[in-house]
Amino acid sequence: MSEKETDQGKRQFLVAATTVAGGVAAGAAAVPFVASMLPSERAKAAGAPVEVDLTTLAPGERVTVEWQGKPVWIVRRTKEMLETIRANDGNVADPQSKKKMQPAYATNEMRAIKDEYLVVVGICTHLGCSPVGKFAKQAEAFDPNWQGGFYCPCHGSLFDLAGRVYKNRPAPDNLVVPPHKYLSDTRIVIGEDSKGA
Amino acid sequence: MAATPKEPVQFTGAGPLNAPISGVLTWVDQRFPLMSLWRDHLSQYYAPKNFNFWYFFGGLAMLVLVIQIVTGIFLVMHYKPSAAEAFASVEYIMRDVPMGWFIRYMHSTGASAFFVVIYLHMFRGLMYGSYRQPRELIWIFGMLIYLCLMAEAFFGYLLPWGQMSFWGAQVIINLFDALPLIGPDLSTWIRGDFVISDATLNRFFAFHVIALPLVLLGLVAAHIMALHEVGSNNPDGVEIKKHKDAQGRPLDGIPFHPYYTVKDMVGVVVFLFLFFMVVFFAPEMGGYFLEYNNFIPADPLKTPAHIAPVWYFTPYYSILRAITEDFMLVLAIGVAAYVVLIWLTVRSERVKYAAFAIGLALIFLMKGPAFTVLGVTFPIEAKVWGVAMMGAATLIFFLLPWLDRSPVKSIRYKGPLSKAALSIFVITFLVLGYYGVQVVTPMGTIISQIGTLIYFAFFLLMPWYSAMDKTKPEPDRVTM
Amino acid sequence: MNKNMNKIKYLFAALLLVPTLALAAGAEVKLDRAPINEEDHASLQRGARHFANYCLNCHSANYMRYNRLQEIGLTDAQIRDNLVFTGVKVGDLMRIAMDPKDAKNWFGAAPPDLSVIARSRASADGSGADWLYTYMRGFYRDAERPTGWNNTVYANVGMPHVLWELQGEQVLVERKVQGAGYMKSVMALKLDKSGLLTPVQYDEMVADLVNYMVFMAEPVRSDRKTIGLFVLMALGLLFIFVYALKKEYWKDVH
Repeated sequence: MSEKETDQGKRQFLVAATTVAGGVAAGAAAVPFVASMLPSERAKAAGAPVEVDLTTLAPGERVTVEWQGKPVWIVRRTKEMLETIRANDGNVADPQSKKKMQPAYATNEMRAIKDEYLVVVGICTHLGCSPVGKFAKQAEAFDPNWQGGFYCPCHGSLFDLAGRVYKNRPAPDNLVVPPHKYLSDTRIVIGEDSKGA
Repeated sequence: MAATPKEPVQFTGAGPLNAPISGVLTWVDQRFPLMSLWRDHLSQYYAPKNFNFWYFFGGLAMLVLVIQIVTGIFLVMHYKPSAAEAFASVEYIMRDVPMGWFIRYMHSTGASAFFVVIYLHMFRGLMYGSYRQPRELIWIFGMLIYLCLMAEAFFGYLLPWGQMSFWGAQVIINLFDALPLIGPDLSTWIRGDFVISDATLNRFFAFHVIALPLVLLGLVAAHIMALHEVGSNNPDGVEIKKHKDAQGRPLDGIPFHPYYTVKDMVGVVVFLFLFFMVVFFAPEMGGYFLEYNNFIPADPLKTPAHIAPVWYFTPYYSILRAITEDFMLVLAIGVAAYVVLIWLTVRSERVKYAAFAIGLALIFLMKGPAFTVLGVTFPIEAKVWGVAMMGAATLIFFLLPWLDRSPVKSIRYKGPLSKAALSIFVITFLVLGYYGVQVVTPMGTIISQIGTLIYFAFFLLMPWYSAMDKTKPEPDRVTM
Repeated sequence: MNKNMNKIKYLFAALLLVPTLALAAGAEVKLDRAPINEEDHASLQRGARHFANYCLNCHSANYMRYNRLQEIGLTDAQIRDNLVFTGVKVGDLMRIAMDPKDAKNWFGAAPPDLSVIARSRASADGSGADWLYTYMRGFYRDAERPTGWNNTVYANVGMPHVLWELQGEQVLVERKVQGAGYMKSVMALKLDKSGLLTPVQYDEMVADLVNYMVFMAEPVRSDRKTIGLFVLMALGLLFIFVYALKKEYWKDVH
C-alpha cells in the first residue's frame, strides 16, 4: 500500500458523495415502512362520513354516533339550555370560541350551524377521556352552582352545553366540533362539510 | 487481530468534525469496548486481498437477514395469526395497508433470495475448502444456520394460510408420522390438533417470528466470531497468517475496513438491483417465489392437483420421493459395497469392525427378515427411510471437514477427481431440485434415485477420491 | 481471476436457468391467450361493470374495496352511481349477501371469492388471465350435468353458464384434424344457438371482464412497476458512486 499515490481529496469527495447518496437511498427506503403505519384503507373506510337522522331526537336529549372510532355527540338543545349558555359566558375560558376548535361555520356563541343542535366530538381536550353528560341544572359535588353540561370523570374538567371549557380546569380547550353539514332539516352528515372535505 | 498492537483508531474521512466526535468516542470507549470492537472486526481485521466474486455472498446473507427482520417486524403489525383471518390479513396487507404490498413482496422475495445467497455461499465453501481445519466450527455454525433457516422458511410458509401453506405443512408434518412407535403421537403434538389447524398456525407464528429468529441471530454471531478468530480463507486456500510484516500484519491481508466495506457496497448495490427487479417486476417469479395455489385460501377438504415445496427444499424433497420399496435393495447393496470398500482400504481394525457392524445393522433394517416386535415392523418401511435419507442429506454436510482428505484446500489446486466430483455434485443437486418440483413420473423417479446415490457418494467417497487425487502445489502466497 | 473460475461461473449461471425452462411442460387443454391490456382504462371500466352485473351476485370479492376503482379512472360519484348496490359505501369491500351455506346447497360448492382468482389460476399452462379467458368461453351444453352445462377447462364445473344469453349455446363436437401423417379426432366447441352477442363481441366482453379480474387480483400492479423503475434507476446511480469509491480505494491494493 503506497501512501504517496493516493489523492486524499478525491477520496474524501467520493466518501462524502457516496455517504450522501447512500443516506438519501436509506431515507427513501424508510418511507414505505413509515407509511405502512398510517391508517389503512380499512381504517379510512371505517372513518368515512356518517349520516344521522335526527327526527327521533327529542329536545334536551343527546345521541352518540361513532365517527372515525370516536364518539360524536349530537345534543338537541332546548330554549332554556340556550339561555343558560348565554348566561354562562363569564364561567368559561374561551366564550367567543377564538381558538380554532371548530370549523368556521360553527365559530359563534352556540358553536353550531343551527343553535338547536350541538355537534361535538365527545373527547376531553385534556387527555382524551370521554366526559359524562350532566344536563340538569342542579348542585353537583364538582360545582355547587352547576348550570348543566359535561363533566369529565378523569380529571374533573367541565364543559357547558356549547362544549365550552370552564376556567381553571385541566382541559385547555373547548370540545372539538367535527366537520358536518345538514342534508335536510333533520338529516346531518358528520365528517364532511359543504366544501367536500 | 489478537496479535496486532492496539494503536489509536484512525477513522477515515474524518474532517473538521473529528474533534467533537473523537471526544464522544473516548467517553463511550471508557465505558464500552466500542473502538476495540471496531478495530477487531473492521479496521484491523485483516482479510486476504484476493477475495473474488464468490466472497460477496456472506455479507449479502447478512443483508438479507436484516431485510427479513425489518420487513417481518412491519408485517407482524398487520398480520393476524388465526385460521379465520390469516389469509384475509395478508390480502389486507397487499391492498389496504399503505405500501404494505412492497413490504410483503420484499419479505416473500427475501425468503427465496436468502436461499439463493446461502446456496452460493455454501458452494464457495465447497470450492475453496473453507470448511477445513482450522475452520471446522465456522462450517458447523454455518450449517446450523442453514438448518435453522430451513425451519424458519417452513414455519413462515404456513402463515399466509393458502392451499400450498396448508398442504405443504400437512405433508412435512406427516413425515414424522413415519417414525416407528412415537410417530403418530409426535405429529399430533406438533400440530396441536388432529389436522393442521388454528392451533398449528398460532404456534408456527410463534416459532417464525420470535423463537427461530433469536436462534438465528445467535448462530450468526457465533459464525462471525469464529470466522474472525481464525481469519478468512481465500480462493487459494492458503493461510495469510503465515507471512506477517514487522508489525504482525499479514502481508497478503488488507484491513476489512475500508477495503472490503467499499467492495461489498458494490456487491450490495448489484444484489439490490436484482432483488428489486424481482420485487417490482416479477414478485411471483413464475410461481416459484409465490406459488399460484397459495392464492386460494387453505381448504382442509381439497388437496390441490399438484403440490410441490418451494424451490429451495426441492432437492431434499426429490430424495424423499426417490426412496421407494424397490429402491431399498439398491440402498442395501450400496451399504454393503461401502463396507467392503472400508474393509479393503482402511488399516484401522476398529474402523473396519465398526463399519462392518453398522453396515450389517443397516442392511438388516433395510432388507432383513420380516417380523414385528413391540409394534415396530421390520424391515423398516421405505417411507421411514425416505425421511431418514432426507434428513441425512442435510446433516451430511456437517461431516465435510473430516471427509475431505486432500492435501490442498482450494479447488484451484485440487486434481481432476475432486473437480469432477464437485461439478457432478452441483449438477446433481440442481437436477434433484428440478425433479422435486415436477409431478412424479417413472423416469423422474429413476433419475432422482440415481441423483440420490450420486449425492451421497460425493460425500461418502470423498475420503478416497480427495486423498488419491493428483493435486497441484499450493502457492506460498495468495495470487490475485 | 483465472479462466477456470470464469468457466465454472458460466456453467453455474447456465444451470440456474434450467428450472425456468422446465415450466413449459405438460398441458392438457391448450389455453387461449387472453387479449388484455392492463393500461386500457376503458376496457377495465367495462370489465368492472360486467363484474358487478354478472359475477357479484353469487361471487364476492371480499378483499377489494369499491373505491379502489379510482385507479382505473372512475370517480367516487361514478362508482356510487353505477356499480355499488344501495346502502353500500364506496369504501366498502365487494361483499355479497348470499350465505355460503345456502350457496353450497344450491351449487354443490360455495362460489369462491374472486378477489385473487386471476392469480391463483396461473399455472405452467398459461397465466391466470388465459385460464379465465378460456374458461368463460368454454361452457357447452351437457344434459348429464345438473346445471345443464359443462366446461372444457374445468370438467364437471358446478357453475352454470351465467352469460349464455349473451354467448348463445355451444356444444362439444368431434372434429377430424390432420395429425402427423394421420387424421386424428379432437373435441371442439361449436356454437349451436347464437346469443345476443356475436362471437367476436362476446370474446371482447370476456376479455374486458378478465382484464378487470387481473387488475382486481393485484390493484397495485401498475404502481409497483412505476415505483420499480425509479428504484432501479436510483440503484443504477448509486452504483456509479460505490463503484468509483471501490476503484479509488483499491488502487492501494497490489
